[in-house]
Amino acid sequence: MRLTLKVWRQKNSQDKGRFEVYHLNDLDEHASFLEMFDVLNEQLIREGKDPVAFDHDCREGICGMCSMVINGRPHGPLTHNTTCQLHLRHFRDGETITVEPWRASAFPVIKDLVVDRSAFDRIIAAGGFISVNTGQAVEANSILVPKENADQAMNAAVCIGCGACVAACKNASAMLFVAAKVSHLSLLPQGEPERYRRVKNMVAQMDKEGFGACTNTNACEAACPKGISVTHIARLNREYLKATFLQEE
Amino acid sequence: MGWMSQWLFSSVGRKWVMAVTGLFLCTFLVVHLSGNLLTLIPDEGKTFNAFAHFMSHNWIIRFLEVVLFSGFLLHIIQGLVLMVRNRKSRPVRYAVHAAAPSVSWSSLNMGLLGTLLLVFLVVHVGDFFVESRFTPEKLGTDAQGYVNLYAEVVHSFSSLPYTLFYVLAMVALGFHLWHGFQSAFRSLGLMHSRYTPAVIWTGKVYTVVITAGFLFIPLYWYFMQL
Ligand code: HEM
Ligand code: FES
Repeated sequence: MRLTLKVWRQKNSQDKGRFEVYHLNDLDEHASFLEMFDVLNEQLIREGKDPVAFDHDCREGICGMCSMVINGRPHGPLTHNTTCQLHLRHFRDGETITVEPWRASAFPVIKDLVVDRSAFDRIIAAGGFISVNTGQAVEANSILVPKENADQAMNAAVCIGCGACVAACKNASAMLFVAAKVSHLSLLPQGEPERYRRVKNMVAQMDKEGFGACTNTNACEAACPKGISVTHIARLNREYLKATFLQEE
Repeated sequence: MGWMSQWLFSSVGRKWVMAVTGLFLCTFLVVHLSGNLLTLIPDEGKTFNAFAHFMSHNWIIRFLEVVLFSGFLLHIIQGLVLMVRNRKSRPVRYAVHAAAPSVSWSSLNMGLLGTLLLVFLVVHVGDFFVESRFTPEKLGTDAQGYVNLYAEVVHSFSSLPYTLFYVLAMVALGFHLWHGFQSAFRSLGLMHSRYTPAVIWTGKVYTVVITAGFLFIPLYWYFMQL
């Protein structure tokens, strides 16, 4: 299989960056998108050129590292999928594919397709946690959780923090990411102690990092490899209102 | 009051303001359209002019007018602030941008649609509201002795460019509401598997009825005067 790649190349965060065109022949249609980049990079190294920097780790759809906007869609054309789980058979032979990094002021490009997502870490540090005693793990069934709550919490907890929601949103908003964490913990008894502080602090950090606001376009849900629902955004809005009016001084 | 401003100036609170003012404006549109439909009664504008007179002299309505203007102002200012901030969040655009099929065009263009509505509002308020309120002598009176706003409305829609401008603005309003109505409920945190389908459905019916109504009046008067 033959493909033409238009890849964003940028030396560092100061560099202006530009697209470079690469032609790849003899690709296996069952190769993954990242394996294609491995092939490209081997070719570039043989030619004495700088290989394309891209993020990846697990290559099995669970770590959330493989951030690429492929033909205008984060993680490519499939739904509920990550770039590492995207295979070349989903493209036409001879097709030209444009590959860009996540674009958001809060996710500055480090090099080529690699962006700095530590803004997400700072949002989590602002409130995306629960307090537990260290030592022996407690008996799992000692705190009861209604099945409906557990299911909804699980739909939010599957977030792998890849940032596709931000990349897909016209406002580069991190609402789905933040909402998933707020919603997940507000649905469970373990999240109760920090409930009000969590939503306020996480939203404050989100705003501070320069992510946009939510216009309810649903682009985030469509791009999310885990299919996290926008209903969590509504729950965040509700939680924020409760925190504002019900939290004791 | 720090807790209040933390909320109102957060991206969540700003959207709450958009939603409350937006839904309030949605109720206003119902009243406005009901009034406009009175121009269709074949009584040379008697009912319409009497209604306009009532609306501009009843003190409860005059008070609501202040609320309405504040609502518009808040919605517009907050809308512009959000547009600017959201743009700044993505300083470098994508070379290729493909929206997922489930993403509506309206939702992606709320800012553009709102800006069109703002241009329309300035012209519209200047033409009808300011004239009838501040320089009513220019409009003359009807047989009942009320300001003849009816004649002004009918006359305005004898002009093709003016009618087209109205039609364009009402189409923009339609798209704005198509996304806005249900979006507002989510901004307020109101989303539930049992009620949200009804909200979405109501929003669509509301949008179609309101838009069709506002489109019908200028077109009717334009074609009646051909
Ligand atoms: C009668 C006129 C109008 C009505 C009924 C109306 C209604 C609404 C509603 C219901 C929403 C959804 C709020 C939400 O998502 O929470 C909305 C959003 C919006 N409106 Fe309006 N609107 C009107 C006029 C305007 C004008 C004149 C502007 C000018 C700037 C404007 C700008 C916006 C923007 C930018 C949004 C999207 C905000 C966002 O989600 O980021 N609107 N409008
Ligand atoms: S590399 Fe881990 S999710 Fe793609």
